Amino acid sequence: MKTLYEQLAKDVRFQEGMNACINCGTCTAICPAAEFYDYDPRRVVDLVQSKNEVEIEKLLREDTIWLCGECMSCVTRCPRKNAPGLIIMAMRSLSQDLGYFTDSEKGRQQLALKRTIGKMILDTGYCLYRRWVTPEAHPEGGPIWKWTFDNVDALYERLGCNLDGEGNGVLRKIPQEDLDELKRIFEVTGGMDRYEKIENYSAKKAEEMGLSMDEYITQSVLGKQ
Amino acid sequence: MRIEGKEQIWKEYQKEIPNDDFFYVRSCIRQNLFPASEVIFLKILREELSKTIYETPHHTTCGGIGYHSDIVPIETVMTIIARQFALMTEAGFENYACSCITSFGLYSEIIETWNHFPELLEKTRKSLKEATGREFNIPKHLAHASDVIYKVRNEIAEKAKYKLINKHTGKPLKVVEHIGCHYSKMFPNKGIGGAEYPYVLTGMVEAWGGEIVDYPERRHCCGFGFRQYLVQANRGYSLANTHKKFESMEPFEPDMIITNCPGCPFFLDRWQYVIAETEGKCYGAKGQGIPVFTYEEVAGMVLGYDPWDLGLQVHQIAVEPLLDKIGIPYNPETKYQGLNGKDLGKPELPKNICSC
Repeated sequence: MKTLYEQLAKDVRFQEGMNACINCGTCTAICPAAEFYDYDPRRVVDLVQSKNEVEIEKLLREDTIWLCGECMSCVTRCPRKNAPGLIIMAMRSLSQDLGYFTDSEKGRQQLALKRTIGKMILDTGYCLYRRWVTPEAHPEGGPIWKWTFDNVDALYERLGCNLDGEGNGVLRKIPQEDLDELKRIFEVTGGMDRYEKIENYSAKKAEEMGLSMDEYITQSVLGKQ
Repeated sequence: MRIEGKEQIWKEYQKEIPNDDFFYVRSCIRQNLFPASEVIFLKILREELSKTIYETPHHTTCGGIGYHSDIVPIETVMTIIARQFALMTEAGFENYACSCITSFGLYSEIIETWNHFPELLEKTRKSLKEATGREFNIPKHLAHASDVIYKVRNEIAEKAKYKLINKHTGKPLKVVEHIGCHYSKMFPNKGIGGAEYPYVLTGMVEAWGGEIVDYPERRHCCGFGFRQYLVQANRGYSLANTHKKFESMEPFEPDMIITNCPGCPFFLDRWQYVIAETEGKCYGAKGQGIPVFTYEEVAGMVLGYDPWDLGLQVHQIAVEPLLDKIGIPYNPETKYQGLNGKDLGKPELPKNICSC
């Protein structure tokens, strides 16, 4: 049985991103997440390099690792060529492999991401599909977002796009044979396995919490109602 | 002659950008949020400058937003990217240009990973063959689409009808440039000018007559943060980081912002609206916002294209005050029209921020 540290060390991003951390705190000083959340990438990297299994498991089960925005500003600044953002990505992958992500409120948001971004990728070939990004879910888009949403066909045609059309162009319909290849890539490389794990661990957690799947998603995305 | 100091640093971050013959892949986010920008990119390169830019309907998302939301494993995005490279190889191209900064960062990361771990490159080749039957070459040159416009910035300047100059004062417009984080923060040598002194947008602005604003939070993230924006409960992160940038740039009184990332212009535009509506604060003069543009939109503006052909009507922050400063003509009556003058109605007006 491999330790959690050993499992992390198998991830190529961990190998690229984890050198000896000198605890200077430069990553935390530059970090947009540290500005907004109670989040300290220096502490995360230091705990991980300590190889303390108890502390690593706590990190994999708590909100902390889900607070990073993966902007990678830390990578530019670290004087020892560590990449806290890559270490976080390796930890998030392991947390999902082991099902630990459902123990934290922020971790439980993975189901919503899988069912929105994940669905759009496989169903449309885009990670964002204009017709599904509603003004109700994006009030910050303002009146212009609502106007563009309500007039999407006429407006995008006027701007020279090819929304859902055949052939080349902006927002063309991606042919089914290409979506089939994309799905096959997911099957061969573990993408589908990741999706299934997110679904299965989330369903198990929802049951433990006495919630329907809709209630589970609503709580994770909007907070307790 | 010895080369020292900044000159030496700058030399290290030069980047070879081909002059022609690109295989072009689109950006999911950019197509949705700024739908005219890629249309303008191709129009400028093909029609104005007679470049060969090849595209295929068969490419898909690179999976980058899913990867950075941590729902898509690295092995999967490696193989999706290998498939995009296979399409390039099959089309007979070696120069790869992508419209998206997240994609550009991911392509750079994956190519670097393959360089460090050749066994992963071999594994990816096998996975792609098994899944699709395809084979691929790694591009000889990887460029972001803004690198390509940077390369031709002086040719655009020669054809320009307008300059980034305030026609009332004769002075250069003060321009904030915002570079997407994944352009060069991970791999500084992949971007023009590196991470500290990225020159890709500055070069365009200077060539087209403007003046760059240097301000403390110039390199701070716009606040997208992937899951930090995509999940509604986390969106305060995104707003707070945009707010930090605007508070920092405000004393410098910028006339406009230019960006090279698909998401950044949306957040810098829309969070201004939210700050105005919730706090009553506007960062531009006279209750206006600071207009935010993609680099293709700015190129189209100086070339004299109709602002509504550039898609400037999809911005929440009104662009008309800036058009007036430069002297670019526009017809207010056609702003919200579809093809052949079709009336598309008008959006509601925001309460606190000036809208034209």
